[in-house]
This record gives sequence, structure tokens and C-alpha cells, in this order.
Amino acid sequence: MTIKKDAIRYAAGLARISLTRQEEELFAEQLNHILAYMEQLNKLDTENIEPMSRAGSTGNILREDMVKSPLSNDDALKNAPEKEEGFFRVPKIIE
Amino acid sequence: MSHYLTTIGLEIHLRLLTKTKAFCGCSNCFGGEPNTFVCPVCLGFPGSLPVLNSQYLRYAIKVALALSSNVSGMMKFDRKNYFYPDLPKNYQISQYDMPLSLGGYVDIISDNKPKRIAITRVHMEEDAGKLVHNKRALSSYVDFNRTGTPLLEIVSEPDISSPEEAYRYLIAIKSIIEYLDVSDCNMEEGSLRCDANISIRPKSQKELGVKVELKNMNSFKGVRDALIYEEKRQAKALSADEPIAQQTRLWNEEKQVSEPMRTKEEAHDYRYFPDPDLPTVSIDATLIEEISSELPEMPEQKKERFIRDCGLSKYDASVLVSDKVMACFFECCIKLYPKPKMIVNWLTGDILKYLNANNIEFNSVKTTPQRLISMFELMDNKTISGKMAKEVLHEMLATGDSADDIVKKKGLLQISDKSVIEKLADDIINENPKVADDYLSGKTNALGFLVGQLMKKSKGRADPQLANSAIKKGLGKKRP
Ligand SMILES: [Zn+2]
Repeated sequence: MTIKKDAIRYAAGLARISLTRQEEELFAEQLNHILAYMEQLNKLDTENIEPMSRAGSTGNILREDMVKSPLSNDDALKNAPEKEEGFFRVPKIIE
Repeated sequence: MSHYLTTIGLEIHLRLLTKTKAFCGCSNCFGGEPNTFVCPVCLGFPGSLPVLNSQYLRYAIKVALALSSNVSGMMKFDRKNYFYPDLPKNYQISQYDMPLSLGGYVDIISDNKPKRIAITRVHMEEDAGKLVHNKRALSSYVDFNRTGTPLLEIVSEPDISSPEEAYRYLIAIKSIIEYLDVSDCNMEEGSLRCDANISIRPKSQKELGVKVELKNMNSFKGVRDALIYEEKRQAKALSADEPIAQQTRLWNEEKQVSEPMRTKEEAHDYRYFPDPDLPTVSIDATLIEEISSELPEMPEQKKERFIRDCGLSKYDASVLVSDKVMACFFECCIKLYPKPKMIVNWLTGDILKYLNANNIEFNSVKTTPQRLISMFELMDNKTISGKMAKEVLHEMLATGDSADDIVKKKGLLQISDKSVIEKLADDIINENPKVADDYLSGKTNALGFLVGQLMKKSKGRADPQLANSAIKKGLGKKRP
């Protein structure tokens, strides 16, 4: 499997990043290297192995339904580039 | 619609009433000052780790069991990736290929026949935040208090074949969930949200028509109205040989029309993948048994019991159990006054009529079982007539006052004094000599008219039986 430039452009679009032509070529090449490396896994015989969704088994990790003190409004907004009256402010969204 | 078949599927989002959010200890509250129930986890700060709320899991299993859905032995959480300002992590924690449960059903009545609507799956996911728009401002404002609150998504099979069925299905789901005490199911407040997809096709056509998604309905009635509108719109297009666009449309409650969504319809690519922050959850038979043993009597079972033990009709019983509070009201009443049929007639008759006409939910009804029974007793001891009782009840529902107080205040006491009624009867007969003659010459239905006049003159307060005999007696005196 090889990644072509249009796939790179599509992925960049989904991630909302813009790439230069050179970057598109560079990343296509790098991603193809990574994929080729991963391809090695296909050589393994996994015929009788159950699919697994994560490494290691942890058992259930749950917490009690108990309220913890939240961040103060000031702290919550501390890193926000823009804020107003307790809200995060973002470019206007038209619905 | 007779030329077309309608196919509807519903997606319901249910907000669960846990104390805290799905994956963090922030309070799961409505409202509050913006961004005051937030923490690094629900704000998606780097380095924070979500941990599943055990009560959320229990509530979710409870709902799945009540819908007869098969709870999975093992489930996992996945990330649904998209960008929107109300989603701080740029992904929503949801479930993709290993959801909470698969299958299930809800029974409804359609065209007086029972029908089973199949459920595809029930899965857990977190809610997004709220965007506040201000028409004049050049910005939108984000409040993350709702972010990360626990939802359940209930997806139906496209088994629903009319807007009315969709409405019944919603009511059935709502009444089941209400019995479980895990959500308040209020569409107006957003604790139950419903999106619909609908397609129609000519009766002769096998494959389904083009699917249109409907959003933005904020009441049960709104869902039905939107589907009725959309059904007609599509039928009109098909009859005119116009193509139906596959699109998402928003219901405009004010104008009572559906409108295509203004935003560009881009094909979504959510790139689901397992959330590495959350381990898989195994749900063993012991837990399922424990939770099933906690399930309360469900509406279907309650209905059967009302039919069996109280002798109610199927119809009356289903109306009663459709609202948990009303069913409970009824059960309190029959303990105080062992005439279930009479109680149900008043409940599903005058009381429901009043509540519906005034848009009041049963849980805000202003009277109590005790007060309703006291009113019945006033009827039984002839203090008031059945007709006056209706007036008294109306006042009870409007003010919350007791029947006794209302009767005294309005001077509604029934006139049971024979001599007073006989005097009234003589007056009426003298005022209507022609009608009296008609009766005496054999037209017996003239009697009803005279009794009616007497009742009218007494403002409905005369004892109807006494009125009847007084008129007869008065007419007897006229006989030559
Ligand atoms: Zn939080």
C-alpha cells in the first residue's frame, strides 16, 4: 500500500492544516516508510489469535459518582486566546 | 399518502441524571454560570485522563435491559473525530463497533393493533458544550458546562411507518425511561433529543427511497409535525417527478416547515478509532443480574396488572401507564376509594382534558388523590351533582383548592330540598304551557325539556332525580 499525494491532502484537510507542495511530497514519502515498516506485521501468522483492542488487560477502571471541585472560571479561561464574561470566545459560527 | 410507503428511523439522545459527568467529577447540572462545572478532563487539557463513572455504566445497563437489548459482555469507547468549537478535544468519546448493547424492542399501539419497533443498538457517549450566538456580535461564545455529560444514544431500526408511529414510539421510550428514574426525558429542556430520518417510496417499489435527515425538533409533537410535513413534501416531489435530495433539514417550529441546512453538506469522515485513554469494560453476568433485579415494574407489566386486578380496559390502562406520575396517582386513589373504573374515567377524561388544554404535565397537576376522592364523596352524599362535580374539578385543577372550599365559596351546594324544587317545577310548567300540553297529550319527550329548564333555572344545582319527579308531579296536577 502506498500513500499518494491526494491522500495526504485529504488527511491534511481533515486535520485543518495547510501543507506546501514540498511538505506534501515529504510527508507522503515519510508515511510510506512508516507503512512499509508496519507491513512487516502482515508476515506474522495471526490465524488463531483473538483480535484485541488494547495492550494488556487492566480490568475495569471505574470511579464513584462523586462530585469533585471544578476549576474556577478564571482558571478554566486562563489559557484561552479570547474570552468574554466567563465564556470562551470563538469566531462566529453560523448555523 | 396512499400511493407511498413511509420509512422512518429515530435516533434518540438521552441525558442521564448521574451526579457527575461521564468521565470526570464535574457536576452534571443544568445551567449554572458559564464554564463553572469544568475541569482539565472535560476541557480536554493535555495530560488529563478520563475515568468512566460507575453510575453512568449502571444507568446505561438499566436502560438497555429495560429495552430488552442484549448487553455486551465487553464494550469499548472510541473517538469520533471532528472539529467544532463546542468540542474541546476535537473528538467525542463515543462507541463504534463494540457498543453497550445490541438489539431490543419497544411495543406500541398503531391503528389499534400492537406493533413491535426494533432497536438496533444502545451506546454511550459524552455530550458536547453549548454555543451561544448573539446576532449582533462578530463572535460566538462557548460554555463547556454540558461538555462530557453522560448520554445514551438509542437507535431504532427503520421499522416505523408513519409520523404517528414515531410519536408513539417516542412516548413509549419516554415512559419506560421515566420508570427507571435515570433521566427526566424532557425534550423542551434538551434532556431527550431526537433526530429522525425519513424516506418514502411508491408502493410498487422495493428499494427504499432517498433518505432525508430531520433535526432541530424540540418537542414530541414537533417530531410528529416535522415528519408529517416532510412526508407530504416528499410525496409532492415524487408525484411531480422531482428528485428528492439526500440532505439534512432543520425543522422550523415557528414556520412549521423543514428547511435544508445552510451549512455546506460535507461528507463526514469521523475516523473512529479506539480511545487509548479508556480501557475496555467487561460487563459480567453478575452485574447484569444485579441490575435486572433492581428494575422496577415496567409500564407493560403495570398495564397488565391494571387490566387484571382493576378490571380496566386495555385502552384505559395504556393511557394510565403512559405517564408514571398519573399511574402513581391512580394507584393512590384506588387505595382510598375502591372504584377503579370511576377513577380512571375522571383521570383520563376531565383531568387529562384540562391538562392537555392548558399544556400542563401530569407531574404539575394541582390536586392530590385525597382531594379527588373527597370530591367523589361529595357526589356520593349528594352534596353536589355529577355535572357540578365537573365544575368543581375544573376549579380544583386551576387553583389547587379542596372541593369543600370550592363548593362553599361558589355556593354550589346541590338543592335537595323537595319543596324548593317542586316550587321551581310549578314555575317552569306555568311558564311553558304549550310544552306542558304536549306532554299531557302524549309527547313524553316534552318531559326532558321541562326538566332541562328546571336544571337551568337552578344553575345546575337541583338534584336531577328530584327535578325529574317534581316536574312529573307538577304535570300530574294539570291533568284534567
Ligand atoms: Zn470535568
